[in-house]
Amino acid sequence: MARNWNGNLTENDVTPEHLWLNRRQIMAGMAGLGLGSIGGTAMAAPSDLTPNDYEAITHYNNFYEFGVGKEDPADYSGKFVTSPWSIEVAGLVDKPGTYALEDILKGKQIEERIYRLRCVEAWSMVIPWNGFPLSALLNQVGVQSGAKYVAFETALKPDEMPGVSRRVLDWPYREGLRLDEAMHPLTLMATGIYGKDLLNQNGAPIRVVVPWKYGFKSAKSIVRITLQEDQPFTSWKDANYREYGFYSNVNPQVSHPRWSQATERVIGSGLIPKRRETEMFNGYGDEVASLYTGMDLKKNY
Amino acid sequence: MPASLSGPVNRVLRPVPAWPLYILAVLPPAWLVWGLFQGRLGVDPVKTMEHQMGLWALWLIIAGLAVTPIRRILGVSFLKYRRAIGLVAFFYILLHLLIWLVLDVQIPAQILADLTKRPYIILGMAAFVLLIPLAVTSNAVSIRRLGRNWRRLHLLVYPAAVLGGLHYVILVKGIQMTPILYLLAILGLLAFRLPWTGRRPR
Repeated sequence: MARNWNGNLTENDVTPEHLWLNRRQIMAGMAGLGLGSIGGTAMAAPSDLTPNDYEAITHYNNFYEFGVGKEDPADYSGKFVTSPWSIEVAGLVDKPGTYALEDILKGKQIEERIYRLRCVEAWSMVIPWNGFPLSALLNQVGVQSGAKYVAFETALKPDEMPGVSRRVLDWPYREGLRLDEAMHPLTLMATGIYGKDLLNQNGAPIRVVVPWKYGFKSAKSIVRITLQEDQPFTSWKDANYREYGFYSNVNPQVSHPRWSQATERVIGSGLIPKRRETEMFNGYGDEVASLYTGMDLKKNY
Repeated sequence: MPASLSGPVNRVLRPVPAWPLYILAVLPPAWLVWGLFQGRLGVDPVKTMEHQMGLWALWLIIAGLAVTPIRRILGVSFLKYRRAIGLVAFFYILLHLLIWLVLDVQIPAQILADLTKRPYIILGMAAFVLLIPLAVTSNAVSIRRLGRNWRRLHLLVYPAAVLGGLHYVILVKGIQMTPILYLLAILGLLAFRLPWTGRRPR
């Protein structure tokens, strides 16, 4: 479900979280009565999308540049400087160059998108992102006809990222999408959560969110976007290609070699987290299944 | 450690019985349960409990394996506490397993699938199964009944410890140093028992 937001909101304009959640329930009820369009543009989404609270979203993270523990990113990302910020856009584009974040955001309509985040570790949460479609940025820089893939690179600042001293991965963190995946309207460049700027642990100041793929596909703190003809290098695939494929679509039928993907622990669903059955494409199949027509998703995992 | 130091340490330890360890052993899990209801175990409390119980069990297994090297190198004997350390480790592993079964996975069909398909689960379960006869026979009656076989049976702690270390190494994403260090500690303590690594006590 997507909802347009006024891009000029200040933090004082943000609805308090408990009221915000209540408003979401009202909106969900309206949608059930066929009145969803009153609240803005509607986009189909998985069932039971009640967002997690801000505390959970900002204190249960995988961001190995700050440490491998779930609370490490919140605990150790304080020194990470995200302003000023720029993104280098390179490769098969009409307007390559280094763009300041302010210039990227200029003229973009910031929307609210409530997406389920499904981690490859078989847990999930629901996050109300604020951002704009990645396609808007790609259209702005002009994609050339030879481009087939989009590569993302995360910032690498060893002095500000204590986790990179441990070679868990081949830093900097790199990820990629096929061009049609990147251009899909669900693919979001997120700049906030709950109407507030992204915190460092969530990938500040700008990250990609691809809701039908496992969370590691959504690169954080992006400093470089490259359009290219060949499938890009991706960090987890490089670390263990048997476990982390290029596509990494959420798929309950394709187990991780070391654990099942059939169900997921729902973070924040009580003292003892509930388990829910994992949905194909994380519940976004109606929108994205056509991207993979004719593909063997067990081979192209 | 020179005899002048190990002697006094052993004298201090001599009157201290092992049974208080069993009482103390209840405190860490109780602290976790209290933390669970106080909301102090973070966003994913079940995983925190599961991981912590496993980690504490691994610490205790390493402590149990360290008793002999400490005695040989430093001359300090914690031998009378080793049984208690082992039983508490088993108790923690049992809790670790129960948290995984009942609170984490929750779905019987998935538990069965994991037990047959998932390498880290298989290794962890194998370690647990190897420790069951050790826990059952960790008493004076069994020592008398089994005689020499008791010592042979209790050598199973070595493969169980290695399997436990491997369980931790392969359950994490990527190559992480902490689990590797635990496994190296276990392997180092086992290597110390090889005939050429040190004087065996008479």
